[in-house]
Amino acid sequence: MTEELQIIVCIKQVPDPHYLSKITIDPVTKTIRREGIPAVMNPLDRNALEEALRIKEQLGGRVVAISMGPPQAERVCRDALAMGVDEAILLSDRVLAGSDTLATAYALSMAIKKLGSFDIVFCGNETVDGSTAQVPPQLAEFLKVPHITRVRKILSINRNELIVERTIEYGYMKLRVKLPAVIAVTKEINEPRLPTVSAILKCYRKEIKKWTVSDIGVNPRQVGLEGSPTRVIDVFSPEVKRKRKIFEGTTDEAVEWIIEKLHEAGII
Amino acid sequence: MEFKLTPEQEMLRDTAREFAEKEVEPRVEEIEKTRKIPEDLIKRLFELGFGGIIIPEEYEGSAAGHLARAIILEEIAYSCPALAFTLQIVHLGQAPLIFHGTKEQKEKWLPDLAKGKLIASCAVTEPTGGSDVMGIKTFAKKENNEYVITGRKCFITNVHLANIHGVLAKSGEDPRHMTFFMIEGDRPGVKPGREENKVGLHGCNTGELILDNVRVPVENVIGVEGKGLRVALTAITNVGRMGVAATGVGIIRRCLDEAVKFANQRVLYGQPISRLQAIQWLISDIYLRYETARLLLHRAAWMIDQGIRADAEVGMVKLTATEGAAECASKLSSILGAYGIMEEYAAQRLLRDAYSLIPAAGTNEIMRIVISRKAFERAT
Repeated sequence: MTEELQIIVCIKQVPDPHYLSKITIDPVTKTIRREGIPAVMNPLDRNALEEALRIKEQLGGRVVAISMGPPQAERVCRDALAMGVDEAILLSDRVLAGSDTLATAYALSMAIKKLGSFDIVFCGNETVDGSTAQVPPQLAEFLKVPHITRVRKILSINRNELIVERTIEYGYMKLRVKLPAVIAVTKEINEPRLPTVSAILKCYRKEIKKWTVSDIGVNPRQVGLEGSPTRVIDVFSPEVKRKRKIFEGTTDEAVEWIIEKLHEAGII
Repeated sequence: MEFKLTPEQEMLRDTAREFAEKEVEPRVEEIEKTRKIPEDLIKRLFELGFGGIIIPEEYEGSAAGHLARAIILEEIAYSCPALAFTLQIVHLGQAPLIFHGTKEQKEKWLPDLAKGKLIASCAVTEPTGGSDVMGIKTFAKKENNEYVITGRKCFITNVHLANIHGVLAKSGEDPRHMTFFMIEGDRPGVKPGREENKVGLHGCNTGELILDNVRVPVENVIGVEGKGLRVALTAITNVGRMGVAATGVGIIRRCLDEAVKFANQRVLYGQPISRLQAIQWLISDIYLRYETARLLLHRAAWMIDQGIRADAEVGMVKLTATEGAAECASKLSSILGAYGIMEEYAAQRLLRDAYSLIPAAGTNEIMRIVISRKAFERAT
């Protein structure tokens, strides 16, 4: 536990979801073609930032945003500064290019360790580009702290623990976690703030720390393409077919039949 | 030559766009029906700092500048021209002080104007007309350290929203002897009058300002006594006309997006109508108007930010953007066929809003006179 609450927020630059219909996949590399698609901060990462800033406003402390990405990802660091974080760090190095979720989580964990002790690491639950939702749990493992994913509400917080609601199918779980921990949030948790005009202008007068792999002491063989065990074999849209069944009979028989089928499916 | 926005301007644009998309767009139907802009939306404009965008930092504004202002107004106008127009007149009300106020006057009023505690109107036009400014009848009679002002202003935007009014009045025997005043709304004899019902820009308030023997101290004179016309025209040109133009540019971009969307979806003769050359021509006309008006807007705003006199350039964009908005909304309506006149579609509202811009801040015939003046000046 540190004296002042230390909150870290992981943010990522992704293709603007407004342009989803224009996004295509490169058939050879199986990666998203990003040319001509504006880049924005991953929407859920803004929820993560908002929650961190609300906690800081309530309990005091310090919020640091960290992004791993190409030099252009400086923009999301500026966005975070405009929203009100105390510091923004851009982890950018050619060696990191091609990192999968495991390598990304490893690199982020090393950057977070360099920052020193922390109480909470907030992440968006998943990004709109990859949608794997793997980085937050992997990051927690590297940091050797507990994690909770799909957090939709923070019920209480003190210096030692958090009590949260975690979304599950058809409901939610109430969980208590000891700090430090990694918390991955969903969009229900809050409505991210818009920066003010003054905050926007001021964020460009602030410094963004730029780190390379040598600054955080990562093993270069554990990041980038070489350090990434994931191989994308194919990317395709799964074909979804409705399971049609036709029942012939009287109305009363049909009603009974439908009720039976719904019971079988566990719907009623 | 650099045609790119700065990173700051890009972030301002993105923020204004998100505000418009998430917070304004869902309220447009309500604004159209009630003909009233909800108070909380006006409050948000100030919370986000859009209200103080041209006010210097030492007076609690952000001094983001006129190009930043144009960008923000375009984004808001894309969703709700009436709200953009309301905001642009908020700026117009501040402009006489920004351009001509003394340090004391700026300290007294600008911080509250930046925060939205004060909203100022800019009252110049009278029933005798707006183009013939010399023909105004409102008179300010000097009595010791006070002026006693009587008159009636009309077509004043935000007049019922404002709690302080910028007023141009005759103040001497010479018809050009005019003085500009800031008049607090709670002074005895100040009363907003009739509220007008416009065909478009619903929710954006327009009405009369009645001044009945209003006593105003000389400290409330903005600029030099007898030189008030300059104060009014500097504000109207650099802020009022630019705001009208930026609102028009927002309307044109909305027309473009609505036209493309409809043309891609509407199937006739077994194919989307976007494949028909007749429709492509209409859409290219709209796109051309958008680019022309936007470039003129940014150029004029840049000139104002640089302190370069831009009367003719402002006139060009005010004319191009307002006539363009009306023309593009009409073309959008043509593309939509019968849907173009249905209330469920934005086209009819955009057309009404566009027409409502045309006479604002000087008719386009006045703009042509201003432009021609420079055309003759530049001739060798």
